[in-house]
Parts: sequence; structure tokens; C-alpha cells
Amino acid sequence: MDVRTREAVRYLGYGGHAADEQTLALLEDSFGELEETAKRRIIYRIFDVVPGEAGSLAIGKMDIVSRNLSKNLKDCREAVLLGATLGIGVDRLLKRYSLTDMSKTVVLQAAAAALLEEYLDQWQRGVGAELEGEGRFLRPRFSPGYGDFDIRHQGMILRMLNADKSIGLTMTDSFMLTPVKSVTAVIGISRKKETCPLAGCETCDKKDCIYRRNT
Amino acid sequence: MITDRLGKELLFFDGGMGTLLQERGLKPGELPETWNIEHTEEIFDIHRQYFEAGSDIVLANTFGANALKFHSDEYELEDIVTAAVVSAKEGANFGVHDGREVYVALDVGPTGKLLKPMGDLSFEDAYAAFAETMRYGEEAGADLIHIETMSDTYEVKAAVLAAKENTKLPVFVTMIFDENGKLLTGGDVPGVVAMLEGLRVDALGMNCGLGPKQMLPVLKEVMKYTSLPVIVKPNAGLPKQKDGVAYYDVEPEDFAKTMKEIALLGGCVIGGCCGTTPEHIRAMADSCRGIEVIPPVKKHMTVVSSYGRAVEIGDKPVIIGERINPTGKKRLKQALKDHDLDYILKEAITQQDHGAHILDVNVGLPDIDETAVMAEAVREIQSVTSLPLQIDTVSGEAMEAAMRIYNGKPMINSVNGKQESMKQVFPLIQKYGGVAVGLTIDEDGIPDTAEGRLRIAEKIIAEAAKYGIDQKDIVIDVLAMTISSDANGAKTTLEALKLVRENCGVRTVLGVSNISFGLPFRPAVNANFYTMAMQNGLSAGIVNPCSEDMMRSYDAFCALMGYDENFAHYIERYAVRDQEETSGSAMDASGMTLAAAIEKGLKEEARLITERLTGELEPLDIINRELVPALDQVGKGFEQGTVFLPQLLMSADAAKNAFAVIKERFAGENALKEGREKIILATVKGDIHDIGKNIVKVLLENYSFEVIDLGKDVPPEQIVQKAVEEDVKLVGLSALMTTTVAGMEETIKLLKEQKADCRVMVGGAVLNQEYADMIGADFYGKDAMQSVYYAQKLFGRE
Repeated sequence: MDVRTREAVRYLGYGGHAADEQTLALLEDSFGELEETAKRRIIYRIFDVVPGEAGSLAIGKMDIVSRNLSKNLKDCREAVLLGATLGIGVDRLLKRYSLTDMSKTVVLQAAAAALLEEYLDQWQRGVGAELEGEGRFLRPRFSPGYGDFDIRHQGMILRMLNADKSIGLTMTDSFMLTPVKSVTAVIGISRKKETCPLAGCETCDKKDCIYRRNT
Repeated sequence: MITDRLGKELLFFDGGMGTLLQERGLKPGELPETWNIEHTEEIFDIHRQYFEAGSDIVLANTFGANALKFHSDEYELEDIVTAAVVSAKEGANFGVHDGREVYVALDVGPTGKLLKPMGDLSFEDAYAAFAETMRYGEEAGADLIHIETMSDTYEVKAAVLAAKENTKLPVFVTMIFDENGKLLTGGDVPGVVAMLEGLRVDALGMNCGLGPKQMLPVLKEVMKYTSLPVIVKPNAGLPKQKDGVAYYDVEPEDFAKTMKEIALLGGCVIGGCCGTTPEHIRAMADSCRGIEVIPPVKKHMTVVSSYGRAVEIGDKPVIIGERINPTGKKRLKQALKDHDLDYILKEAITQQDHGAHILDVNVGLPDIDETAVMAEAVREIQSVTSLPLQIDTVSGEAMEAAMRIYNGKPMINSVNGKQESMKQVFPLIQKYGGVAVGLTIDEDGIPDTAEGRLRIAEKIIAEAAKYGIDQKDIVIDVLAMTISSDANGAKTTLEALKLVRENCGVRTVLGVSNISFGLPFRPAVNANFYTMAMQNGLSAGIVNPCSEDMMRSYDAFCALMGYDENFAHYIERYAVRDQEETSGSAMDASGMTLAAAIEKGLKEEARLITERLTGELEPLDIINRELVPALDQVGKGFEQGTVFLPQLLMSADAAKNAFAVIKERFAGENALKEGREKIILATVKGDIHDIGKNIVKVLLENYSFEVIDLGKDVPPEQIVQKAVEEDVKLVGLSALMTTTVAGMEETIKLLKEQKADCRVMVGGAVLNQEYADMIGADFYGKDAMQSVYYAQKLFGRE
């Protein structure tokens, strides 16, 4: 089973159980449809990071107070801000299926989430390799809403990236990204090589989460 | 006036602003418009340079100056806009040395928000934000409005209407296309052109996104469809990344070379976007000066569009799906009365899946608010299908409401030869754009002869011209009269089709199935008449795309007349069927019980078995003996961790299919409605994620609760009002994130105040028991089944 299928099964709440045939078939269909519908786009830019007192820091013009993010960016003088999306077509597809086929809807939504992560991982490996040549190493992605990194920073990140104009990524008044299958994130750039830049679940404190990856 | 010169001589726009400001110290994330006041001299200087370089039109620095995007505690929006226009005018005073006439455009960029139904910004709010800025711009002395860098046709429509209704200024529009000629939101060139021409903009085209070279093919495509002067404003190449910063590297000379090509191809107003500088504009102006523009060529294609696609009503006939029309449809009438929009949306999807190209939408029933329902139906249907719609109503008010909020250029059904009707419909087409169906009936009724109908067609076309409506935007319906009441009815209709096509040069439309009213076995007559009509010049038949007979006629006609290249469509559709018919139906559900089909999550089998059972059992028996026990079984498995969410929902979907059959079969009978407790479900204000809510909905419905689904992003007042109105005893609320739990808390508080006997259950990713207690919820459901159990307990159904 490929990584994205395994991830999608995890998002569907299977925990340690094997997914049934019907669900796996739906997943395969979903990935197929997403290949046609998803318009993967990404925009990123590198900014200086200035650490401050008591968990505060500045990324470019953006002032943030977050101990979790500060820890994540420890020893980083620079950081990538990025926005990525699968595009509005996926939202429409989900809406369409939610009228006729709820099982397909939840499977499709899990597949879309896995696809977005896969896309980001691929992108990060590519850019990471380039930067490594210069002795700069990428940290794991960290998004607004993780831990104490306030989701309200979403707006400034989008603005600093001109994300609406460049990739059609916007947000609602309550800081939710639109299109729905989208991500913004901060990635620290360190001069020290870390072991695993693609950590996710493993670094999270919520150990009883049913979606937790089995490691 | 700029409009006097437009399309007659080449006009030069300016180039980029953002990159120049960044060079002068604007930080990423800083609002560039604040510079209109804080760094007036820099803004002025950039404008001056562009005028000196040769620009005839310069954009004021107002790209993001709208109330939705520009939030500054220090400056009033009006002051920002006024300062921007004044700076640009000053730039002209100091930058134009040859006395040429130049213009300042109010620059209008996107709001930075996604419109409903996919986002949270309403069309009306977008309109209001644009209107405000535009009024300030006109007052400050702008010469035109340039709406640019748009990716969403819906947002553009709001902006154009705002410009037209609030100012007298000429309106230019450019959108961002990718290399395949597509918008980020999926729209295509013919669709964009159709909508913008319908809205009567003065010039249209493309900006940003691409470099000059990549814009060439898109320009050719635009030229193919538009009758208007075309604007081309490329970036200085495709963006490249260096150290995470985008830059553009097409040099002024190369830029100018391609811009010359663009001017020779037919670009009438040319300039630059991101990465272009006064040097680019100077080089462009120098190399293009003196080129005679190709005047815009009038096009004659009849095109309707939606946000996602255009449909040309041309030589190859198209299918207009007729099923969203309550006439003679009991189940749809019921759905309209119950405000069951899901049913209507499913009809839309089904027709698209069966091959419809355009969907007719008629919601006219005596006892509903047609205007409100029509507008809502149009908006919602557009969120699940990209097919263009045909707005079908006799109410002028409903027609206008729907045309206003329609995303694209709609088809309008209908106008007729009566003065009164033309006076009502044509001003709407003139304002919003659209293709009108003209019925050949007037004050004297429907003529018996083909010649008589032709005369009315000519009258309609002539009258439309008085409103500036081209005949390409009229399609004529010569009316199919029931043959059982007039033996010559079909012959007259066919003759009239031919006459209209030959004499008027317009496309035609026909409600095909009228022909057979009162006859037995109508499909045979309908399908044959359909073929005959197409052979006689029918361009668009309003038919039932779910009817096998009609689709066979259509597909065969296209194959026979050379409209189906290599028979690709025909083969795709019928090759498999051939095999199925010889090998017998693939589906054999005879040995299975309904309960088993549901437990296994087999949707099609569940439908077939239920169809059989409705002939044998009472609806409630099917539900109580088969459906509910099967669902209980699966639900238990889910509880115990042996069945997982997708499987639970497969069973739910199968059960839902069974219910749909029961509802269809017993529509209008009360047995199904009696004793069903009502439950309101909503995703709270601020939240646009509704999958969780939809999961709960399908489960509750399967347990025979009557779910009132208020959708997503629902304000507290609306939920409470509905709860009071319908005397609802249980409300289920969903929220995904901490930022939207506030909306949940507010809703609960308001409910407790105004509907004290109503219980509230909550769920969603961000919630847990503790959080739910804190905001005063009566119940927290950690998964969808829990909400079913709670509802059962609450209503004493255990």
C-alpha cells in the first residue's frame, strides 16, 4: 500500500485496523478523480526570523507570540512561509458527492487531505535538497492553529504571500482557508541538519488521538 | 472620452506598481494603498514616469482599496481612494509633455475573499464593497474603472454591476488566465467573454499570470469569441523563484517585441503587469506606435455560460434538461413545498450525468415565494454543477432576482411576441446579459401556420434590436402543439422550425415532449418527433435526459450527421450496453433481503429490492422490519470498532436509496410524515466545513427523523427563528475550529433564551465533553452514531 493510501486510511479512523475492500476501492477511485480535479498550487517565500522574549518572535513583518512555534524555529534565522491548495474544484466535487454518496464523500475528503500532504512532502523534499546545497536545512512544517500558534495569523501569512492573487488561496472571516483543501505553514530554515524534517503526528502531545499515526 | 478612441487606435496602459513599490521599501504584508497618503511623492513619481514613458492610461494605486481587504485604523477608505486618483492626475500633469489626451483608471482588484456558496462572502456584500470604492473613485475624478487580476467570474459580475449601477464611467475588465486559457476557478475563454459582453463592459481581456509569449494563444482564443476591444497586460515573463522570492526576467526590448506581435494580432489596449517597469512601457510604446489597430469584429455565436464552462448553441444540437419543473411532477412539488433543496440538486446532478448540456430551472408553484426560491435554487444548483442554466419563469421579479445572482450568462425562458412581455424581459437581458427564448405567440395567440409563427419571430428579433440585443442572443421557440388536439400540429411546428432557421438566421429551441400529450406510450412519439425536429433545424431540445429513448434519438442523430467525431461518444455510451444486453443484467438482487443489502452497503441492490417491496408491503413495514434493524446492526458494529466510518456510511447511503424509493412511491401520503420528530442541523456561523454535519444528517434521516438542514455558516438568529417557527425540540450544531465555537456558544445562549424546551447537541473536531459543558450544550456526540442514540433517547424511541 502506498503512503498516501495508508495516510488516507488513517484519516478515516481505522487506527490499527486494516481497511476493507470496498473502502480501498473507493479510495482508489477518489485518488483517480482527484488527479483530474485537483489543481495543485503552491506559493512560498523566505523571510528573516527574529526571536524575542517569552515565546515571541517576528517573521518578516509578522509579530507572533507562540512558545510552540518558537520551539519549532529554535536556532532558525530564516523561515519559509508557504500556502498551498488543491483548488476550488475539489470543494465542488465534495459538495456534489455529499448529496448523493456520503461514504464516497468522507473517503474523497480523506484522499484529498492525503494528496495535499503528499504534495507538500514532495515539494519540501525538492526545495529542501536545493537549500541543503547551501548548508540550510528545513524543519517540519508548522501551521497556524497548531498548539498555541494562533490561527489568526492566517490572514497576515496570506497577505505576505499575495496568496489570493497568485494561487487563489483566501480565508473566511473566521480564518478558515478557502478552498477548503489548503494549507498555510511556517518552515524553519536551520543551519543544523535535523534527522527528520517531515514529522507530524510524532511530535504532537495529544497521545490519545484516534487519528494518530502508529509509529 | 476614452470610449471614442477605444478600438480605433492603439492605447497604452502602464506597467507594474507592486514591484516598484517594493523596490522603494514597501514590505510584504504592508498595505500598498497606505502609501497614497504616507508616501504620496513616491506614488506620484511612479505615475509620472509611466506617463513620460508613453502610457495613455494609468491605474491609480487602488488595487486593494475596498472595505473587505483594506482595514486601516488610521485612514478612511475614501481618503485613500481620493489620494490615489489625485496622485495619478498629478502624474499626468507633470508626465505628459506632448499634450496627448490621457486617462486615469480606478484600479479594482479582487476582494481577497471567496464568494458564497464555496466561500463566506455574499454576492451582495462583494457588490457593496466594490460600489463604495467606485463611488469614491468617480467623485475623485477617475476617467474609467479597470477591474483586473480577477480569477472568479462571480466576483467580476459583482464588480461590473457595482460599476454600472453606481457610476457613469466606462468599464474595462481583465482576468487571469493560465496557459490553457482557464481561470483558477475553472472558467474558460468563451464563458468569460459571453458573460462580460452580456454585462455590456466596454473592453475586456487578460492580465497577470502569464508573460507576453504565453498570452499569445490565449489572445487568439479571446479574439475568436469577442466582439469587443481586447486588453492585454502580461507580466514580464513567468515568475521565477530566487531564495523564495518571485521575480520576472523578460527585458524591456523582448517585452516590446512580443507586445508588437500582440498589437498586430488585435490587442487594442496594451500594457504590463507584475515585473514590468516604465522602461518596459517605453520600449513597448516606441515599437508599437503607429500600428493601426484591427477594429473588433462582430461575432455571431449564440453562447450561454456558467462559472465553469460555455455552451454554444450552434449547428450541433444541445440538450436542455427539463426535469427541474414541477408541472406534472408530484415528488418535485413536494420537495419545493418542503424546501427540500437537496432533491432539486440531485435532479440537477442526475441530468448532467445523463448528458444534459443546459438545465432548465422552473420552481413556479402557487403557494411558494417564487422569487426567493428561484434565486436560492439557482445559487445552490450552481454549487454542484457547472452546466449553464435556463431560468424559466413568468414572474419578472423572479427572473431578475435569478439573473442578478446567476454566475455566468444564463438562458432565459421566456419572452414572447406580446409587447408587454418584451417590455418586461428585454431590459433585463440588456442589463444582465442572457440568451432569451422567444415564443412565437402574441396578443392574437399562436398562429396556425408556420408563416404566422415566423412573423412573430421576426417581430421579437426586431424589438430586441431596439434594446441593443443582438439576434445571436435570441433563440426562437416555434412551439410544439399537442398532436392529439391538432392533427397538423407536428407538421406546422417542423415547417416553422425550418422557416425560422432559413429566414432569421437564429437558433431554435423546443419543448419536445409536449407533442404527445394525451397519447399512450408517449416515448415512441417523442423520440421520433425529436429526431424530425433536429433534422428540420432544432438547435436545443428541452427534453428529459434521463429518458433512454430521447437520448438514443439524440446520440443517433449526432452520429448520423457527423457531429460525433469517430463516433467516440456513441461507442462510449453504447458499446458496453451492447454486451450487457446480450449477457443479461449484471444486477441480480433476487436472493438478497433489504436488510442484507443495507448491512453490506450495496446501494443499487437496496434500491432494486425496495422497488420490489413497495408493491408488497406498507412503507412503515419496510422501514421498521428491514431498514431500521439493519442500521442498528451496523451502528452497533461501529460502536464496537468492527465497522468503520466509510462502511457505516455505505450502509447509510444504501438505506437512503431505499428511502428515496419509498418517498417517490408514496409522495404526498401522510403516513411517512406522521410522528416524525423534527431536528435542526447546522454548521455554525463562521464555519464552512459541513461534512460532519452531513454525516449526522444522513444517519438521522435513516432513523426517520425529519432533519431541517440549515446548511453551513448559519447565523444564530436564523437557527433560533427556525426552531421557534417549527417548534423544534432538538438542534444539532457542528463546529470545526476554536474560532467558530464562539458562534456555537452564542447560538446555544440564544436558544436557551428564546426556546427553552429545545435541547442542543454538539459535535465537531475541536469539541470534547469539557468544552461542550463549558458552552452549555446538552449533549456532546463524539461520533455520528452518538447523536442518533441521543435523539432516540430524547424522543423516547428507545
